[in-house]
Amino acid sequence: MTVQPLITLRNVSKVFGPVTVISDVTVNVYPGKVQVLLGENGAGKSTLIKMMAGVYQPDAGHIEVGGRTVVLPTTRAAEAHGIATIHQELNLVPTLSIAENVMMGRIPTRWGMVDRTALRSQARAALDLIGLDVDVNTPVGELGIARQQLVEIAKALSIDARILILDEPTAALTRHETESLFRIVEDLRGRGVGMLFISHHLDEIAEIGDSVSVLRDGACVAEVPASTSEDELVKLMVGRSIDDQFPRRSGLHSTAVQADASPADAENPLPEDVLAVQGLTAHGRFADVSFTVKAGEIVGIAGLVGAGRTELIRAIAGVDSYESGTISIRGRSLPKHSIKAAIAAGVGHVPEDRKGQGLVLDASVNDNLGYATLASSGRFGLADFAGQRSKAQTVAERLRIRMHSIDQPIRSLSGGNQQKAVFGRWIIAESTVLLLDEPTRGVDVGAKVEIYELMNSITAAGGAVVMVSSELPEVLGMSDRIFVMRDGRLAGELSAAEATQDTVMTLAARSVGDTTITDSNLQDKDIPA
Amino acid sequence: MTTKTPEVLHSDVHRDVHRDSQPRRFDVKRFLSNNGALVGLVVLCIALVIATPDFLTGQNLLNIGIQASTVAVMAFGVTFVIIAGGIDLSVGSVAALSAMVSGWFFVSAGLPGGAALAAGLIAGLLAGVINGLASAYGKLPSFIATLAMLSVARGLTLVISDGRPIATAPQVSFLGGSVGPVPVPIIVLVVTALIASFILNRTVIGRSMYAVGGNAEAARLSGLPVNRIIVTVFALAGLFAAVAGLLLAGRLDSAQPQAAAGYELDAIAAVVIGGASLAGGVGRISGTIVGALILVVIRNGLNLLNVTAFWQQVVIGLVIALAVGIDVLRRKSRSK
Repeated sequence: MTVQPLITLRNVSKVFGPVTVISDVTVNVYPGKVQVLLGENGAGKSTLIKMMAGVYQPDAGHIEVGGRTVVLPTTRAAEAHGIATIHQELNLVPTLSIAENVMMGRIPTRWGMVDRTALRSQARAALDLIGLDVDVNTPVGELGIARQQLVEIAKALSIDARILILDEPTAALTRHETESLFRIVEDLRGRGVGMLFISHHLDEIAEIGDSVSVLRDGACVAEVPASTSEDELVKLMVGRSIDDQFPRRSGLHSTAVQADASPADAENPLPEDVLAVQGLTAHGRFADVSFTVKAGEIVGIAGLVGAGRTELIRAIAGVDSYESGTISIRGRSLPKHSIKAAIAAGVGHVPEDRKGQGLVLDASVNDNLGYATLASSGRFGLADFAGQRSKAQTVAERLRIRMHSIDQPIRSLSGGNQQKAVFGRWIIAESTVLLLDEPTRGVDVGAKVEIYELMNSITAAGGAVVMVSSELPEVLGMSDRIFVMRDGRLAGELSAAEATQDTVMTLAARSVGDTTITDSNLQDKDIPA
Repeated sequence: MTTKTPEVLHSDVHRDVHRDSQPRRFDVKRFLSNNGALVGLVVLCIALVIATPDFLTGQNLLNIGIQASTVAVMAFGVTFVIIAGGIDLSVGSVAALSAMVSGWFFVSAGLPGGAALAAGLIAGLLAGVINGLASAYGKLPSFIATLAMLSVARGLTLVISDGRPIATAPQVSFLGGSVGPVPVPIIVLVVTALIASFILNRTVIGRSMYAVGGNAEAARLSGLPVNRIIVTVFALAGLFAAVAGLLLAGRLDSAQPQAAAGYELDAIAAVVIGGASLAGGVGRISGTIVGALILVVIRNGLNLLNVTAFWQQVVIGLVIALAVGIDVLRRKSRSK
């Protein structure tokens, strides 16, 4: 005899335009069990969750709750069936109190006025469920991220959720906080709540999961017990050898060879240090960082979230200032905190948040490609219209940015094509030192390979690339050398040959004194360690 | 060794981009959808032609042009600010201050008329620069910085004039006159429109305004001098406000201490009716002209139809809400 699942996605598919995002997937969530959803970025995990949460409707297949087929046209309908989602991005109003956030949309009233006593007591009851002992009148904004997450969970439980979807809940949590979250999960399990758990941390799966559904390219490739070895899970998840995914071709290619043959470089056949960072220190962000990057080299910077990688890259790009140390490009030192000087020296910076920092979404592809060169290509204050258009057209073709016209708003392109446009801006600017921060985040697999090829062609032409990435396979697959950052310092350097997930993670996670692991965030997302 | 040309960098990547393959045919539907305000203006004019014989007369049309000129010129400056993601509430006061400074230099300081006119323009420019500095470097929200300037500039206007009108230089009065049959304000309107449009579309600073308003952080990371751009934008707004103030003074043959009071709201309304987004990054000079004309034509038409000034305010308010409401719906339906 079998236990009936709380919710079943039966043979569901989802199509966006020409792309099939989910194809014939079946997932069950049983009472008191934790079903883990595993897959790379772009494998279709979030689409699947959104179908459960009533955000998307399946194009084929159906959803069953308690054995009965249901339609979930809205998130409210999903909630009515007891389905609650804890999203990766928290949906809380920081200025309102915990009580108001927990009871949002269901604030108890008395004669049309807020019943403060009931509000507080009901919120208190919800917090008690998860053992969160804070004053319910505290504004949510005053809580740390982990406690905010717990408030979200309390909110979900207070609507009497029987099915809880946890979308990377541990991504922003420290080890300690993760442990207390897991205790809550255990407790919920005891109450018969069914959970769907998404995490990139393979080590967490065995710890709290019961069964794992592995998604790859929109299909469910396997359902295995949570006790399956991490290696096996990675193999299922990636489904192909890492070599195919990361087409790194090292070193200088034809162009560089020609350049080496030129008289100027004849006496110096070794690749030059294109970027040299010496003793760079910014209090509270990074300290005493020194490294060099040679022409034709891709250097990967691995580490956990909060290790100071993004901060380091931003300092080199001139975005933020620093206290001491030097940065030089091809032997010439770069002034502190000047984006303009960095760009003039050949630095191009692809920031971590494409939409927030990389692009002007309402502007055209043409405009976005031209921002870095807008001022320098102008004459007497007039923009070089025709020149910019033709360069943009050429670069868009070379990068295969898929669009109807370069006058199209860049908002309407896919993530991968948007990201290629950010790269394209620096190609038009003729940048030779590219600083990449999470260059393939939110980019589909095909465009990812195109971006890797682009990095290859940049280094082949004698450029240098520094890549910060939380996707360890990408760092391992594309870098010639890897620096590991921990707590704002370079914890070690690994050659491409010696670097493995283990060696990198050991360097990234070894804490000072090896005893207390508190604030340093061990649970970096996207690192299947 | 140089690694500079894009050709070298990407010689190995194919060229198979799907180009704009549609023939460049005039798409009527698209034109109408992109120019809703213009369509509204045309419909409004047709309705008025039918409703009253007084509307379609040469004199009335010139009147409309003259009345639109002050608001439109002021609104061009506000267009820059709104595209760059800010707001300028001070343009009405700055216009009055500029005219008053010009009048004071002519009457009290005895400067030649041309120099007095220039002094007025410089006053507007300076007020704008101060707005810009407060907004860019002082990190005041532009709403607050320009609200302060609204009060300060009006106060200074009253201080300089002691609350009384001042006569204007002949060069300023000329702005209120005519060249042959064409009123000078209309000429100024056309010339400033061309200049403003040129700045927005063809200059580095103009293109930068769209970037800063669309996403200031992305603009900064691309190496654009965001703070300098913001100062320039407000300086231009101050300069255009000064031109508008001098136009108004020219028409009245005097600088009035209460001149252009409340005009900033008309200017902002014109920009917004013209399709600019208060969130920044979107807007056109042609839209602003249409927006200004809609405001003026409605007032003119209601006057011709003997509707009281009280009701006119109600109608104008509804038109603003309607115009922006339609625009929001249009954008929403397109982004789907």
